[in-house]
Amino acid sequence: MSGTGAINIAIPVGSPTRRSDKRRLALGRNLAAGGFLAPATILFTVFVVLPVVEAAWYSFYRWNGYGIPTDWVGWRNYLTLFNNSVFASAAWNTALVVAVSLLVQLPLGLALALMVARNSRSSMIFRTIFFLPYVLGEVAAGLIWRFVFDGNVGLMAAAARKIGIEAPFILADPDLAIYAVLTVVVWKYFGFHMMIYIAGLQDIPREMREAAEIDGASRWQSLRYVILPMLWPAIRISIFFSVVGALQLFDVVMPLTGGGPSNATHTFVTFQYTFGITRMNIGFGSAMGVVIFLICVTFTLLYRRFVMRDAG
Amino acid sequence: MRSMSSYSRLLVLVLVAGIVLVPLVTVALGGFKTMGELEANPFGLPVQWHWENYLSALTGRRLWLSLGNSVLLSFGTVFLTLVVGTMAAFAFAQIHFFGKRMIFSYFLMGLLFPAATAILPLFIRVRNLGLLDTPWGVILPQAAFGLGMAILLLWGFFKQLPEALWDAAVIDGCSYGRFLWYVVLPLSRPILATVSVFALVHSWNSYLLPLTLLNSPGTYPWTLTIMDYSGEYSTDWPGILAFITLTLVPAIIFFLVAQKQIVAGLTSGAVKG
Repeated sequence: MSGTGAINIAIPVGSPTRRSDKRRLALGRNLAAGGFLAPATILFTVFVVLPVVEAAWYSFYRWNGYGIPTDWVGWRNYLTLFNNSVFASAAWNTALVVAVSLLVQLPLGLALALMVARNSRSSMIFRTIFFLPYVLGEVAAGLIWRFVFDGNVGLMAAAARKIGIEAPFILADPDLAIYAVLTVVVWKYFGFHMMIYIAGLQDIPREMREAAEIDGASRWQSLRYVILPMLWPAIRISIFFSVVGALQLFDVVMPLTGGGPSNATHTFVTFQYTFGITRMNIGFGSAMGVVIFLICVTFTLLYRRFVMRDAG
Repeated sequence: MRSMSSYSRLLVLVLVAGIVLVPLVTVALGGFKTMGELEANPFGLPVQWHWENYLSALTGRRLWLSLGNSVLLSFGTVFLTLVVGTMAAFAFAQIHFFGKRMIFSYFLMGLLFPAATAILPLFIRVRNLGLLDTPWGVILPQAAFGLGMAILLLWGFFKQLPEALWDAAVIDGCSYGRFLWYVVLPLSRPILATVSVFALVHSWNSYLLPLTLLNSPGTYPWTLTIMDYSGEYSTDWPGILAFITLTLVPAIIFFLVAQKQIVAGLTSGAVKG
């Protein structure tokens, strides 16, 4: 991953330079590099790395955020977490989001990409429309769909009344609300994955497809044996983003259900927000943060090791 | 046979486009309706166009204040990410120095870190720095979290620049700083646009960081204001729908104007992976 890019050596090789000069130049380069890297390193260390390390530290305390943490509780925050039924349902919901992302959103994105990959005018218009939800803020998307699902004024309710059935209060039903969340997730993100696939499809040489056609491959065969294998780099990137995004889902859920009704639609992060952040349970919230961290990092490392193996 | 499949293709595309657009259009139209009409006729055009909701949002202070705050926070984030990220990426791409690989991996590691993990310690830190409720309190962490991706994208571009450029610059007695400013940056407009758009869209829509780090409504970006607004006027759907629509206008205009850069910016992170 971290190749050293173009290395520019100021002195042409073989020039009659003395050693001390070389050393002075190397020192100069290191100082210059230090100067260029200092702002980024400080910013990144102070606001990303240290907070993550501190989360691990705070997670062993009971602390309301004032003074310094002194009330060491060992693994208790983690035990509380794992024995919490809302946490269990948050984990289940997060798994559902991952599953729907992979099984509904990605195939949908891929199918649509195949339909609009050609650069015709109508394809461009459809692409624009499909990508639009991704650009609009998650919070707005959540609120828009709260209106759609609203049992009184919402579109679903109106549609239900039209076909003569009672308007369902989807967002108020603990068993149904999670499906609303899943719908919005697909609505919001399928266009992003479609764009990844379109970029991948455009990298497939035209001759490859034509060759398959000439050899008498059916459309399905050419998809299965030519296009999909060549699209694999795009697919695995899109899987990666789906999973990591699903594990951190928050912004869409808050305006839509806020984790309710009766805590039925929490994800990892809305759970953390509701029980850690708003109540200033720094230790407990940090323990949840550490769990999210471990899941994300474990997934990423395994995925890199086994799936992205041959990628740069 | 062929026309059959092209019809079904069109049917699918129109259906999906409908699912995308119908909620957006009905929300925008809903802002023109009364509560009663919204219930009776949510899909159609308003029988009578009521401009009150839009007018009261447009003439009120809240919408403009929150959009202004969003502009401040997101442009601040973009600017800081670009300046700091460019300097670092330049060092990684063009300067030969001790510990390069290690420091580069250190930044890439940041791509793995979920913001949710850091959020509570960030709150403590920002509070202890006295930056709670200030724009910097959001801009600094937001830029820091975007830094990994920015450095990766910029580095990928910088290292493809021909080495001869630097060789020539050295002969002319050019320093690294002048080389970056006068030679590299003018050549890098496309990648700078990509990184800016990526950072801009993410910070314009960001929610969790400002939600945790800002407490007084006067400092809220639109994402927080719209949530407050919909909570306060929870029964006044037409008012909420008008407000939502207006907050989306800047994003939609920007999208239609700079669609190419936006698609490139938002997917390049994925494609480079």
